[in-house]
Amino acid sequence: MNAFFTIVQRDLLLVMRRKSEVLTALFFFVIVTSLFPLGIGADTALLRKIAPGVIWVAALLSTLLGLQRMFAADYADGTLEQLVLSPNSFTSLVFGKIVAHWLVSGLPLVLLAPVIGIQFDLDAESLRVLMAALLLGTPVLSLLGSIGAALTLGVRGGSVLMSLLILPLYIPVLIFGAGAVYASSVGLDITGHFSLLGALFILALTFVPWVSATAVKIAIE
Amino acid sequence: MTAINSSIPHSTVPILEARAITCVRGDRELFSRLDLQVSAGECLHIRGENGVGKTSLLRLLTGLAPPESGEVLWNGVPIKKESSEYHSKLLFLGHRDALKEDLTALENLRMYAAIDGIDLSDVEAFSTLWRFGLKGREDLPVNCLSAGQKKRVLMARMLTRRAQVWILDEPFNALDTQAVRELQSLIGQHLEGNGLVVLTSHQPLAISNLRVFDL
Repeated sequence: MNAFFTIVQRDLLLVMRRKSEVLTALFFFVIVTSLFPLGIGADTALLRKIAPGVIWVAALLSTLLGLQRMFAADYADGTLEQLVLSPNSFTSLVFGKIVAHWLVSGLPLVLLAPVIGIQFDLDAESLRVLMAALLLGTPVLSLLGSIGAALTLGVRGGSVLMSLLILPLYIPVLIFGAGAVYASSVGLDITGHFSLLGALFILALTFVPWVSATAVKIAIE
Repeated sequence: MTAINSSIPHSTVPILEARAITCVRGDRELFSRLDLQVSAGECLHIRGENGVGKTSLLRLLTGLAPPESGEVLWNGVPIKKESSEYHSKLLFLGHRDALKEDLTALENLRMYAAIDGIDLSDVEAFSTLWRFGLKGREDLPVNCLSAGQKKRVLMARMLTRRAQVWILDEPFNALDTQAVRELQSLIGQHLEGNGLVVLTSHQPLAISNLRVFDL
């Protein structure tokens, strides 16, 4: 458990020492979502309709930008080998890296969402649902993304391959995440969407750290 | 064969053993049915030309990669079975330094201590870094250190890791003559403390209890 927190803390410290990589992904999210209202103009009805989809797609893509970072640096300098040789369970260390990734690339999206939502003229209720859906959905993005990051370790042109591998897996999160916000804005029941997002989260939480750890071990061999 | 071997009671002297291991990289067989034994207090110096499989052999001994056939045993138990137990006694330094460039020497040392499950006090961390000539450089990011100084951070890690088995890949690269002497005496101390060492190097070594193994 101690080793888990050490990894989270270390990854956050590394991000603090090199902020540009994370800030790039966040600015990407803000700019992409701001371009739509600017391009479409003051058609509030249309903006409200496209808001959930646009915000969620931007969230998927900005998560993808930071994924390569998850294991690549540790792989290049040999740190991953040392982590595999640690007496602590490697799965818990990999899980620590996933948590750190979410804290710097998923959580900020949740916090930025209300500001972005206002640009699309979303009402307070929809903003709350948007934040809740992102809070439940972005951890799934980090978890699933770690599989892609692990599988493409050491592969040339890995980031493109990773996008191709991972984006299809993101589709359920996109559908139910955006669906929840849309349903709330038209006054439909949202519990179904949240139950499915929650189920995806629990499923990913249970299996993904182990899958990613195994993929990393194979890459190191 | 294995049945007979495993029925022999385990000796009390800690021992690292490879039984009939075969290593294949790509399509090429690097070595086959290789046997070796290292017991506590002994240093095994693996020599051989470039590309003969020294690093691959070390990786098999650490358990990072499984052998094509055969097995590696620690105290008579296959390391695959008791990997966590074995890894708690193992220090492996590969040819990449595994130091985080953006963290300081002290932070690197503390991080590895926590990951390896070792209680490292501040006093011990500082005194170890000072011992290897890094006084005043503890708080510099590692990317501000020279190649030789990075190796000294690694030597500090070797000491604070308190592992019984050291597996070192080319530990003498990038070291000046003074540091080579220090590292040799560090290895000597480790052997006296009932440790065992497997290393690769292209230069002749002045370490007592050294056994040379030509691959």
